[in-house]
Amino acid sequence: MTNNTSPRGLVISDLHVSVETEQGPKPILKGVDLTVRPGEIHAIMGPTGSGKSTLAYSLAGHPKYTITSGSAVLDGTELVGLSVDERAKAGLFLAMQYPVEIPGVSVANFLRTAKTAIDGQAPPLRTWVKDVNASLAQMQLDDEFSSRSVNEGFSGGEKKRNEIVQLDLLNPKYAILDETDSGLDIDALKVVADGVNRYAAQGDRGVLIITHYTRILRYIKPDFVHVFVDGHVVADGDESLAESLEETGYEKYLAANGGAAEGAVASQAGGSLA
Amino acid sequence: MTSPQPPQGSPLSSPVGASGRPAEVGSVSYLHPAGSFVVEDHAVPDRHVEMWRFSPLDALADFFDPAASRPAEETGAVSLTLAADRGAGEEAVDLLAGSPASLVAAPLAVGQAPRGTVLIPTDRVAAIAAAVPKAPHLVIPAGETLDAPVRVDITGHDCATIATAHLVIEAGADSSATVLLRHTGSARYIGDVEIIVGANAHLTVVSLQEWDDGAIHLGQHEAVVGANATYRHIAVSFGGQIVRLQNTVSYADEGGSAELLGVYFSDSGQHLEHRLFVDHNHPKGVSHADYRGALQGEGARSVWVGDVLIRPEAEGIETYESNKNLLLTEGCRANAVPNLEIETGEIVGAGHSASTGRFDDEQLFYLKSRGIDEAEARRLVVRGFFAAIIDRIAIPDVTETLMAVIDRELEAAAAAGTTTEPQENLS
Repeated sequence: MTNNTSPRGLVISDLHVSVETEQGPKPILKGVDLTVRPGEIHAIMGPTGSGKSTLAYSLAGHPKYTITSGSAVLDGTELVGLSVDERAKAGLFLAMQYPVEIPGVSVANFLRTAKTAIDGQAPPLRTWVKDVNASLAQMQLDDEFSSRSVNEGFSGGEKKRNEIVQLDLLNPKYAILDETDSGLDIDALKVVADGVNRYAAQGDRGVLIITHYTRILRYIKPDFVHVFVDGHVVADGDESLAESLEETGYEKYLAANGGAAEGAVASQAGGSLA
Repeated sequence: MTSPQPPQGSPLSSPVGASGRPAEVGSVSYLHPAGSFVVEDHAVPDRHVEMWRFSPLDALADFFDPAASRPAEETGAVSLTLAADRGAGEEAVDLLAGSPASLVAAPLAVGQAPRGTVLIPTDRVAAIAAAVPKAPHLVIPAGETLDAPVRVDITGHDCATIATAHLVIEAGADSSATVLLRHTGSARYIGDVEIIVGANAHLTVVSLQEWDDGAIHLGQHEAVVGANATYRHIAVSFGGQIVRLQNTVSYADEGGSAELLGVYFSDSGQHLEHRLFVDHNHPKGVSHADYRGALQGEGARSVWVGDVLIRPEAEGIETYESNKNLLLTEGCRANAVPNLEIETGEIVGAGHSASTGRFDDEQLFYLKSRGIDEAEARRLVVRGFFAAIIDRIAIPDVTETLMAVIDRELEAAAAAGTTTEPQENLS
């Protein structure tokens, strides 16, 4: 499936995704086209229920969503049809909005298991603990954090910082950040943004930030901004688009899309991830 | 049924049982019937008897017939061997041979104290085993601290006859020891274990059920905890077709502490049943029970019944009991029933919880989204589920065995194809 002649990138083409409801399958994504090249930072903005998170979770392979047509190709590898872990191994990472608790599994064990899975071999013992502690320190988490159970009893800020620790240590080719700014106070937001900027500064990584508000974009400067309404991209621009959204909101896009507001409300009711 | 009777020949002939348990009938309920050594005092149970309502009675029919079983030393179907390392190398002692040895006193006859002073059978099966002529008697001398576990290998050799045994473990005052009862092999076995924890002693009894497929193991473990003593009972059940253990604790005096931990893993067609009864019959005692089990495969069953009785005299006690079950596949069933009978409100605290949950697809998704494959993700979650208890067991030999068994069970399930990809999200 790998095509070495195609340029690198996360290339999403005419992606359609449905979610199963009691009334049958309900389309959420209605033809998403979006390309993230290495070294680029993209932001997707849109109203609640527009399908932003659905895009993130269906790319990662969440079983709740069914990709009905279209494709998502990561550096030549088609993600559609791959299992969740295969997508991660292909180079995709999703920083989740609501990271789940995994009682009894320590952060250290989890990180090491994930790193081993992604790299195909265990990380060298000599440097690994040092790397973990350095990564934690950058996120202003102390060494002791690694002995806690994954996300169990974490504050909202700790959960998000733990996501960025994983981003740092697993160092995927492409990272999707789903509302990583939600629930963060200003200090935590800066810490998280610094982490993302360090990752992006490598120059050959792609970042897709999904957000409701422009706040995080003051700290992570996007190269491209996309407006997402009713399951697809309705406008593209640069950073200035985010600024104008701050002033005008999504109203005109909703109106232009006709009936989209209704769709947004309905899909919001479809599930917490939608 | 009759109220507890002092065994014949016992120096204790007062109406108060040697366990310190008052012989008042008023506190006996359907949850904890009065004990009796007389087999016929315990009717052959049917499904309407509370204590047996979750048990596979058809498969156990022979166990209710006293004529169908024989003492282990007569049948040879089950052997009990002590292996203890007291610094001068390990020595193995055949406990059924009846010769005294280090840590082994002469076997106790029926009614010969301390035998029969603590364990008064509360069901027919336990009464049958309690009648064996000779009971091996382990003694941890007063004041002695044994660093290495005292291992008793209970090995099944054949299933033809039901073998019975009664083991007495006596930890002297101020002693400290761990006794590891390791059940392996193939047998139909009733094993009663009677445990006396002396004042200020620390005794841990681990009962490992690692039977081969097809084994059936029933019995009553009962302990009395001395003043300011610490008793830990750890039940680990993986093997066998049916395991059903009644685990009872009472107190000889004030300030005793009991910790009852359990881990089980029930596979297709297996029935693993743990019934607890903590009788707070003295003030200022503590009891904590925490059992966790995983089930997988068609017909996998587990039963956990926890009963705590706080008698009027048990002021200032503290108790908590908890049971958690994790259903790994369709087709398995866990019964969890916590009971609290509170006869005084003058206590520090009392609580209980029980839960049974399915495998969490969101946990799996999270782990897999980090590149961890399905089998490894399941292993992490299941090991994590048991970790809270395994950490508390804190006996390296046991925890290593446990982790290895958990991994093996999960691998076997994966090989048999009983694990399934997560279904559509549950929400």
